[in-house]
Amino acid sequence: MTAALWYALAGVGLFALGLYAMAVHRHLLRKILAFNVMGAGAFLVLAGLARRAPEGSADPVPHALVITGIVVTVAATALALVLMLRVREATGAAALPEDRPD
Amino acid sequence: MSDPGRWRVRDPYPPPGGRARALAIVLVLAVAGGLGYALFALPLQAEGLSGAVAGRIAQSGVSHPVTAVLLNFRGYDTWLELAVLVLALVGAWSLGLPPLGPEPAPGPVLDRLTRLILPLMILVAGYLLWVGAQAPGGAFQAGAVLGAAGVLLLLDGWRLPRGLAGWPLRLLLVLGVAVFAAVGVAAIALGGVLLQYPPGAAGGLILLIEAAATLAIGVTLAALFHGSRPEDDP
Repeated sequence: MTAALWYALAGVGLFALGLYAMAVHRHLLRKILAFNVMGAGAFLVLAGLARRAPEGSADPVPHALVITGIVVTVAATALALVLMLRVREATGAAALPEDRPD
Repeated sequence: MSDPGRWRVRDPYPPPGGRARALAIVLVLAVAGGLGYALFALPLQAEGLSGAVAGRIAQSGVSHPVTAVLLNFRGYDTWLELAVLVLALVGAWSLGLPPLGPEPAPGPVLDRLTRLILPLMILVAGYLLWVGAQAPGGAFQAGAVLGAAGVLLLLDGWRLPRGLAGWPLRLLLVLGVAVFAAVGVAAIALGGVLLQYPPGAAGGLILLIEAAATLAIGVTLAALFHGSRPEDDP
């Protein structure tokens, strides 16, 4: 067990937590937050595995991928939030049709 | 005396309980187990591409490997990523949220804090942009700080002046993509391939691209927080 593996396993744990919240929660804001936790888990896996390089220097390519990914996540989250606001405006509920209590 | 349920946010769409929740737990644990097993199956030592990056970093124009990968070796990815940011904003604008009304007057804490911290944030953004050539930093970190400064301004009730909300704002939004494209195409004109910076000029070109990208990222993030088109503001 190296530190890199521990970080990557913690990332898998975060990903699983987010996946569970995404599956269970019905409110779209909670789903968007869950999607962000899943993303953070994936980034932690990438950043952790990059540390497996010998002589202590991390592999810069996964780190660059993580930076790219964070920016795309922020942009996707903002777009998702705007979509959620529009869904609530159009239907009166911040949930998907099959998840709305009638 | 203190009721822990008092602070719980009421969920208008309560999640399912019982069997459905148990099934979700089992399925998620199976996914996590599979992913964890895949991690254990990986070799404990893996050089990845760090050797390839270290071998060519002298020609990249910067000395920090992550910046070299982002702005030089995989510049195409970074270029398109700036386009993704602009596309997300175009998507958000085209959904036509109602215009942002005036913010309620900020409290003295937010108002004073914004005035105090804003010049510092601009300074930190400039530092991060500059230091990215040798150490962790660069356009995205600097742009994120600028974007946060814009969010603070918006929360404080500041709105973009009407004269700047039209084409000057759009010019800033596409600045990163446009400068990246101009440098990439100029490289073809100088006898290379797309985005192949001429050796010797790479450091300066990367700083030019990053400066434009920092401004564009900061403005785009603040505009995404704003949500609707600024020219529709009352």
